[in-house]
Amino acid sequence: MADDEEIILADLDDDELVQQMHDDLYDGLQEEIVEGVEILLARGWTPYEVLTNALVEGMTIVGIDFRDGILFVPEVLMAANAMKAGMGLLRPLLAETGAPRVGTMVIGTVKGDIHDIGKNLVSMMLEGAGFDVIDLGINNPVENYLEALEEHKPDILGMSALLTTTMPYMKVVIDALIEKGIRDDYIVLVGGAPLNEAFADSVGADAYCRDAAVAVETAKEMIAARREKAQAAG
Amino acid sequence: MATGRPETQAMRHNHDDGLLLIACGALARELVDIQRQFPPGTVEITCLPASWHNHPERIVPGLRRKVGAAQRAGRNIAVVYGDCGTGGELDAYLESVDVPRIPGPHCYEMFLGKQTFDDEMEAEVGTFFLTDYMVRHFERIVMQGMGLRKHPQLRDMYFGNYTRALYIAQRDDSALRQKAESAAVELGLAFEYKFSGYGAFQTFLADAVSSTGSPRLADT
Repeated sequence: MADDEEIILADLDDDELVQQMHDDLYDGLQEEIVEGVEILLARGWTPYEVLTNALVEGMTIVGIDFRDGILFVPEVLMAANAMKAGMGLLRPLLAETGAPRVGTMVIGTVKGDIHDIGKNLVSMMLEGAGFDVIDLGINNPVENYLEALEEHKPDILGMSALLTTTMPYMKVVIDALIEKGIRDDYIVLVGGAPLNEAFADSVGADAYCRDAAVAVETAKEMIAARREKAQAAG
Repeated sequence: MATGRPETQAMRHNHDDGLLLIACGALARELVDIQRQFPPGTVEITCLPASWHNHPERIVPGLRRKVGAAQRAGRNIAVVYGDCGTGGELDAYLESVDVPRIPGPHCYEMFLGKQTFDDEMEAEVGTFFLTDYMVRHFERIVMQGMGLRKHPQLRDMYFGNYTRALYIAQRDDSALRQKAESAAVELGLAFEYKFSGYGAFQTFLADAVSSTGSPRLADT
């Protein structure tokens, strides 16, 4: 097939269409992703199947190539925008039809920091993986986190920072949890460009997540481990 | 073999007892300007690529090579870098080899001073800082490097939470100021200007030079 030959998405069978959607996500083609989602839904796919097989799987490929240095931030953002457009169609349908729920996460960028690209990617991928995500946005003082934890009783608290000068604020939040005697009620995950595992250990987080894919895997593993432990305890 | 590259004064009068400054390439122009204020041979400057800001994992290994070689040669060394995304690894390394670094987490604070920087952030947390270097290379670093020429729709993803571009100028240069203003327009941000000069870089160099026993700036 010549490269410039137009592909009619509706003419593709399911497997070909999903493969094409992975390619379109990779290329950040928003309109094509929306069209692909609509076609699969019209063919009787459940919203959950479209989400996991077409969008999340496609975005996982993007994440792997980003990690391997094949893709760079602009391409990942274009892919994320395309996935976001697809999610926009699926979100209300997922709420209506139901989908397996893995857990709940409260996430936000810390006080003094307005950067949210990484946090937004993590939120979107976690949502795609079946998490209920309460996103507090940017520049969050400790009070915002505490209120959200009280209100939503999540499994996980996620904190993000892009700046060397703002990342120490994560310790302020974790120390507040300790002071209130609720630190162990939550899994605390941290992420952001200047962070590393040593920093996560030093502030008392449960894990450092270097990218969105790692965040999803870590969140799933830690929730499963915590539930196993709770079951074993009776 | 002639390379055709211009040599700085310090290169021509390279005294091994002078100060070797290992710096981020993004600060080369400013540091060379300060270097000229000292007698020839007092300060030698060697830089690591400015582009490593996008690959902070390369900074500490790069420094390790430069510092190692200089220490083996018995040089007096000082480092001009911020943390620059190394997550504290840069300071941990420099501490382990007993090499001083200019204080401060990043060059915006080094130019402005901690109090002024904190005041500016307190006044507006959504401040995007521009320096002379950033302004000179705005097209390459921001518009091309962040993919905004190719994907202009990404602008609001990158800059949607910012409200102003604050140009902290190292030189009073009307052409650069105009360029900075255009950059702010491209990013959809309000523009503000503040002259910083060389801030902490000037004093750090003077202190580092005096600790080597070389002539102080004031003695020349």
